[in-house]
Amino acid sequence: MREELHDRVRVFLADHDPATTERTQFLRARYDAGLAWVHFPIGLGGLGLDQALQPEVDRLFREAGAPDNRPGANTIGLGMAGPTILAYGTDAQKDRFLRPLWTAEEIWCQLFSEPGAGSDLANVATRAVRDGDEWVVNGQKVWTSGAHNARFAILVARTDPGLPKHHGLTYFLCDMTDPGVDVRPLRQITGEAEFNEVFLTDVRIPDDQRLGEVGEGWKVANATLNNERVSIGKAADRESGMVGVVARTWRERPELRTPELHDRLLRLWVDAEVARLTGARLRQKLSLGQPGPEGSAMKLSFARIAQQLSGLELELLGEEGLRYSDWTLVRPANVDFTGRDAGYRYLRAKGNSIEGGTSEILRNIVAERVLGLPGEHRVDKDIPWKESAK
Amino acid sequence: MSDLDLLHSETEEDLRASVRALLGDHCDPVAVTRMYDGDRFAVDGLWKALTDLGLPGLLVPEERGGQGASAREAAVVLEELGRTVAPVPFLTSAVIATTVLLESDSDLLAAVAGGERTAVLLVPWSIAATDDLPRIRSDDGVLTGTVTSVAGALEADLLLVPVASGDGLAVHAVDASDAGVTPLVSLDMTRQLADVVLDGAVGTLVLDDAAHAVRRAIDAGAALLASEQVGIARWCLETTLAHVKVRKQFGRPIGGFQAIKHRLADLYTGVESATAAARYAAATLAEGDPDATIATSTAQAFNADLAVLAAEEALQLHAGIGMTWEHPVHLYLKRAKADQIALGRSGQHRARLATLIGLPG
Ligand SMILES: Cc1cc2nc3c(=O)[nH]c(=O)nc-3n(C[C@H](O)[C@H](O)[C@H](O)COP(=O)(O)OP(=O)(O)OC[C@H]3O[C@@H](n4cnc5c(N)ncnc54)[C@H](O)[C@@H]3O)c2cc1C
Repeated sequence: MREELHDRVRVFLADHDPATTERTQFLRARYDAGLAWVHFPIGLGGLGLDQALQPEVDRLFREAGAPDNRPGANTIGLGMAGPTILAYGTDAQKDRFLRPLWTAEEIWCQLFSEPGAGSDLANVATRAVRDGDEWVVNGQKVWTSGAHNARFAILVARTDPGLPKHHGLTYFLCDMTDPGVDVRPLRQITGEAEFNEVFLTDVRIPDDQRLGEVGEGWKVANATLNNERVSIGKAADRESGMVGVVARTWRERPELRTPELHDRLLRLWVDAEVARLTGARLRQKLSLGQPGPEGSAMKLSFARIAQQLSGLELELLGEEGLRYSDWTLVRPANVDFTGRDAGYRYLRAKGNSIEGGTSEILRNIVAERVLGLPGEHRVDKDIPWKESAK
Repeated sequence: MSDLDLLHSETEEDLRASVRALLGDHCDPVAVTRMYDGDRFAVDGLWKALTDLGLPGLLVPEERGGQGASAREAAVVLEELGRTVAPVPFLTSAVIATTVLLESDSDLLAAVAGGERTAVLLVPWSIAATDDLPRIRSDDGVLTGTVTSVAGALEADLLLVPVASGDGLAVHAVDASDAGVTPLVSLDMTRQLADVVLDGAVGTLVLDDAAHAVRRAIDAGAALLASEQVGIARWCLETTLAHVKVRKQFGRPIGGFQAIKHRLADLYTGVESATAAARYAAATLAEGDPDATIATSTAQAFNADLAVLAAEEALQLHAGIGMTWEHPVHLYLKRAKADQIALGRSGQHRARLATLIGLPG
């Protein structure tokens, strides 16, 4: 299997020289050859193979100097929208959206959170009202990463306020260029504006951009979130990610070393290495089928380790750690957790235990859905959403 | 290094099932507890039953009288032995001593593999592969010296003795009946330690130039101890989960309180992580992968502390019940704490990693 896949990549590269093929043409052709995400079905960028083979394919393309599809600019598209469309989309939706999503011709963002619906995502108030073949959407979203670069969004909206909160939601694919979509930067702790507020005023979404059944939005959103939690913090190689950054500084700057920082660094190195192995094991387990709540445990470890490492790095740098590169408001096209300088990394890592579900919520999920412990006390679960206290 | 299988195969699950069934019949926690009151025969028959399954020779090739299995299978056995804190010399005889004998062409290996003899490598249980090895003095094959705090010595009838030989090290075999073996009151009586005195015993040379083999054996022990620690931690997690689901206070199951849910979610995360670390250590050992040393020290640096945490959390969440002699959680705490010190503390493994991965102090 592995050999055959190698051959396919080799043949593809012979036909499409990365040095001379135009970037988008190259990426489209790679998708059409089934070498985009090998576990996707044939015709949709894949070959229906084991997901565990993907890193190898990516490596072969990287080594050949092939253009990448800017994964840092489209994490939501690749990690969340893509797998959800694959699982719940109609054939027409899959054909329309998956290729430009994978080639990064169309970047995606996630219109889930609202001022009144953060951890309690099922509390969204954004309304979608049916009007013939369209839905009319009104509401406000918040913390929307990359909305300023996005062509499409995955959107959860309330279609029946008369039902209990989890039952009245529906999932849509929203065109961010539609009239009525207003994206405003929200400056964050790092100085830049990675996320946004998004105001939706009479946005008209065709019914064929609904994903899943009316009222099934919670179920579809859960598939997205499970994918999000596995896709966050995936590291195939030893010392990739934050630990690699700190280890490099340690190696290159012997004058900064102290015994006490040494022990902390080694503990975190072990934690990061074990988390890497745990992720590899989880991916072996999930190589067929959709991720379940187990990914939440991975995300918990990833957030803790990233935060401890980035904090350690600042202390290691000492006097240098007191400085910061740049507080200018920019709206980045890319999110790179390990990019920029140590101060940025320290501040950005604080989001790791909030975005995609806070560590507290993830512990609830692990406790309830993996370990089977009793659910939290809920006052609004069975009453119509419109009657619950807001 | 990323291609190794970190899951359990069907064959491994079958092996687990037979070991678990047998332990269910022969290793009752009440009997194990009696070992603290000096009843060493409390679980008589257990090692015999495991021997009938072929466990003493698990790591030995078929042509030398064993089962021809790999470290992956031995790891599964240790997960199960850890789950029951089984007082058997599998790790000391079938893993550590056997790893030394595998390097020699002695037919003692076949005897150990077949379960006719039980062996022990004569080193303190706290030894790390990076420590100086203890050396017994030899005068023309007549051995004198003492090694303290040896695990598995009470069960063994064959001592593999590291002996000073010129600048190097040799391993001699000595009949246990020719040595003074004094049982110690041990923190973990399910793996009771003993001081061993050799005073004129006659040794047979098993292996010359043995320093490397002995370190390898200690490392194999450390790598697979990580799986025992997984077994301990999983038992603690599962037993605590079962308890907090039924124990009620303030009118509801205590497992519904978020402070408790979150701790158990963290413990689950730790146990899953420890499992991955142990599987990788076993897989690299089984494959003879050059990453085995890093994998071993990583697994020990992580799993040793995690198993102790699991036992401490189990005790705390069982509260009063957890402090009693009747509840088996104390057996796990004592084993986990002793295992944390065994075959190198986590700090020693981190120090070794610093060299192996190029992060010097
Ligand atoms: C960098 C970043 C990027 C983001 N990008 C996006 C995006 O692209 N799209 C999007 O839709 N959202 C995005 N988010 C939003 C994110 O999903 C929410 O911030 C998150 O779900 C938490 O919601 P909240 O901020 O409203 O906090 P709250 O829900 O108000 O939580 C406040 C505190 O209360 C705790 N808490 C709440 N409920 C419980 C409970 N039941 N038990 C215990 N503790 C509880 C929380 O853990 C937290 O500590 C992003 C957030 C960040 C930081």
